[in-house]
Amino acid sequence: MDPIAPVPVPALSLQGIKKHFGGIHALTGVDLHLYPGQVMGLLGENGAGKSTAVKIMTGIYHPDGGQLLVAGQPAEFRTTQDAWRHGITAVHQETVMFDELSVAENIFSGHFLRRGRFLLDWPRMRARAAELMANLESDIRPETPLKLLSVAQKHIVEIARALSHDSSVVIMDEPTAALSAHEIEDLYAIVRHLKSLGKAILFISHKFDDIFAICDRYTVFRDGGYVGEGRIADVTQDDLVRMMVGRSVSTMFPKPEVELGEPVLEVTGLCNPTEFEAISFTLRKREVLGFYGLVGAGRTELMEALFGLGQITRGDIRLNGRALEPESPRSVIEAGIVYVPEDRQRTGAILPMSIQHNITLPSLRKLAHGLFLNDRAEVAMSDSISQRLSVKCSDREQKVGELSGGNQQKVVIGKWLATQPEIVILDEPTKGIDIGSKAAVHSFIGELVTLGLSVVMVSSELPELMGMADRIVVMHKGRIVRILDRPAFDAETIVGAASGLAAACTA
Amino acid sequence: MSKSPLKTGPNRDVILGLIVAALLVLIAIRAPVFMSSGSLDTLVTDGALLGMMAVAQMLPILTGGIDLSMPANMAFTGMATALLSKAHPAMPVLATVAIALAIGLVLGAFNGCFIAYLGIPPIVVTLGTMSIYRGAVFMLSRGAWVNAQDFGKPYLAFPMGRLLGLTHIFWIAALLIAAAYVFLNHMQKGRELYALGGNPPAAKYVGINNTHNKMLIYLLTGLASGLCGYLWVARYAIAYTEIALGFELQTVAACVIGGVSIAGGRGSVPGTLLGAAFLVIIFNALPIINVSPFWQMAISGTVVLAAVIINSRGERSQGKVILEPERGTSAKVAS
Repeated sequence: MDPIAPVPVPALSLQGIKKHFGGIHALTGVDLHLYPGQVMGLLGENGAGKSTAVKIMTGIYHPDGGQLLVAGQPAEFRTTQDAWRHGITAVHQETVMFDELSVAENIFSGHFLRRGRFLLDWPRMRARAAELMANLESDIRPETPLKLLSVAQKHIVEIARALSHDSSVVIMDEPTAALSAHEIEDLYAIVRHLKSLGKAILFISHKFDDIFAICDRYTVFRDGGYVGEGRIADVTQDDLVRMMVGRSVSTMFPKPEVELGEPVLEVTGLCNPTEFEAISFTLRKREVLGFYGLVGAGRTELMEALFGLGQITRGDIRLNGRALEPESPRSVIEAGIVYVPEDRQRTGAILPMSIQHNITLPSLRKLAHGLFLNDRAEVAMSDSISQRLSVKCSDREQKVGELSGGNQQKVVIGKWLATQPEIVILDEPTKGIDIGSKAAVHSFIGELVTLGLSVVMVSSELPELMGMADRIVVMHKGRIVRILDRPAFDAETIVGAASGLAAACTA
Repeated sequence: MSKSPLKTGPNRDVILGLIVAALLVLIAIRAPVFMSSGSLDTLVTDGALLGMMAVAQMLPILTGGIDLSMPANMAFTGMATALLSKAHPAMPVLATVAIALAIGLVLGAFNGCFIAYLGIPPIVVTLGTMSIYRGAVFMLSRGAWVNAQDFGKPYLAFPMGRLLGLTHIFWIAALLIAAAYVFLNHMQKGRELYALGGNPPAAKYVGINNTHNKMLIYLLTGLASGLCGYLWVARYAIAYTEIALGFELQTVAACVIGGVSIAGGRGSVPGTLLGAAFLVIIFNALPIINVSPFWQMAISGTVVLAAVIINSRGERSQGKVILEPERGTSAKVAS
């Protein structure tokens, strides 16, 4: 590299990086160039190799081929500490931090400042931490225990940790996944601030909003290979999607045309002491009812209460005209309502159990024959579900933990379908998943309603709700502020109502 | 995906079974007296007690808990029934069993309330009640022993009575262990315990009641401890404060050797039984081939460590699937 070339030298470059695990090629020679003072968006579906590339840049994996250049000089990272020393730090998708420790301790964990050989220099660390937080225009105090902070604040701490290394390259792996719209704006401001300091930033996100709002350039990976890069200003969302999936995704929202039927679920005046109030809505047969709101608007709390996991102080729930008391999840499941929670990684599959046992778990009471489980009926139920969802597995005895992520998802969905529900409540069904999988979830929702089921879909992604829902309920601070019919869908109105703007709330 | 031979499941059980068999053969060659009918009879009766208690211990471990108070419960129940037998020598066996079960149940319920309703970690609760129950034995007996000649006849006679050449203790254990197998494999509650241990939040969302199931578990371990307390005292014809001291570690060791995951959600009755068999053979055989008791402890400790390493390797191999071979790309599990 010629140091006096007019082209700026990338702070970090991957050149033809290859990585394979056993016989499987995770990266087949990818290029990625991060320039000082620029934000590079890295796009690709799940499995495109983004995470592997991040792990190579942070010293967790070692490339099998190709070259890493730091400021034009070849470099080799044996450990994460090596990467830090070269000025490269990452802010992870799920915050990897210590809840019981203070902000200052979190920022300096792994590279504590010392006084002499053995003692830790707490005063200096606290002062430096306060300085870093002030730089990020945050009022979080260095002594605060991390567990008292919100997800967004934890991100800020993590960014402060990255900056504490004096890093020249900051890698952000889906930093906006868990943030509300307002918090995302704050994060953008921080990213712009870092940019103005001349940091090279790698921004990984599944949200095109993020990419177009904050990135200067893009790089696209597909199936472990490099597809291309360029300036954000020169492309459209469609171009990027085409590059990511290798085809154009024309039918993003395969909403089937179905005739809406009778009301199946009628909720009137539902209240909870702290989380929601005066909730009234109706769900009709074969309807997809969307719930939109900012993070913390009370949507999840409402759904959990309907499912018997929260308190209901007042109000009336009628399922097919009959009063429903959501005492426990079991009674609600038996009444015909299932709730697929947001955090499916944690609340979904039971990894050490077999596919069969996972699928039949919510239906065990139906399968019991007196005291004992009916083995034949259990096998039949599990086989019919895994065939219907084409779960790829060696046999029904295989542990779910051995399946790929996508197949684990199918098992989770399958276990709910096996209860033969009338109503399916999906909480953030596409959060953090790639475009291909999103399309699969959407067509699955379409399939549910053609089968005569009704769907409640809680989502923070407006395009998805506008594409899939028959009506959208907008919640703000625990109340329903607006219910819109499909012809009246309008992004500005919905977002306005969700943010509590008075004009948008009145019909 | 190739299956690891070390993984919990039939393969692991087969390997452990072969090891146990090889152990028997080796000891038989070294000390033929070990295979005498008298020695084997002791082995089977001791094994029955350990097997029963290990299978009971497996229930809390399956849900990510543990019951350290079981042997203290045994000691208390054993002492209580022994004192009753001393006072009423003619007390019928059925009454003794009923009383043993009742006392065991009450002590188990005490654990259960703290664990299930107050949400205190099982290890803390049972560590506390372990000392409390053990102390209560001393208060009950004022430190005195109940010796062989003090017991009523039926009390001692029944557990060591024989059916088809084997002690009643063996048959009771066989019955209860079979019941545990059916419970865990063919009944709804049993399946729910695996789910609860495998992924507690997921179990909550399918409507599995954490509180009731935990209560049930500690009631069951209490019942088993009560019964075994009586059987233990009758088997050795003596009751004293230190009955079954240290037995909690043997039950946990049997589970771990048998492939029960300490993290919960994984384990089987046959595996646990093999683990118990392994320990009982070691404990009974080593004195015969003149190995000092200190070596016995070291050896069983080594075996437990080895088993834990094997278990954790087995579990790791079935963790998340990071790569999707059919697509030929790397894929982090969707998060």
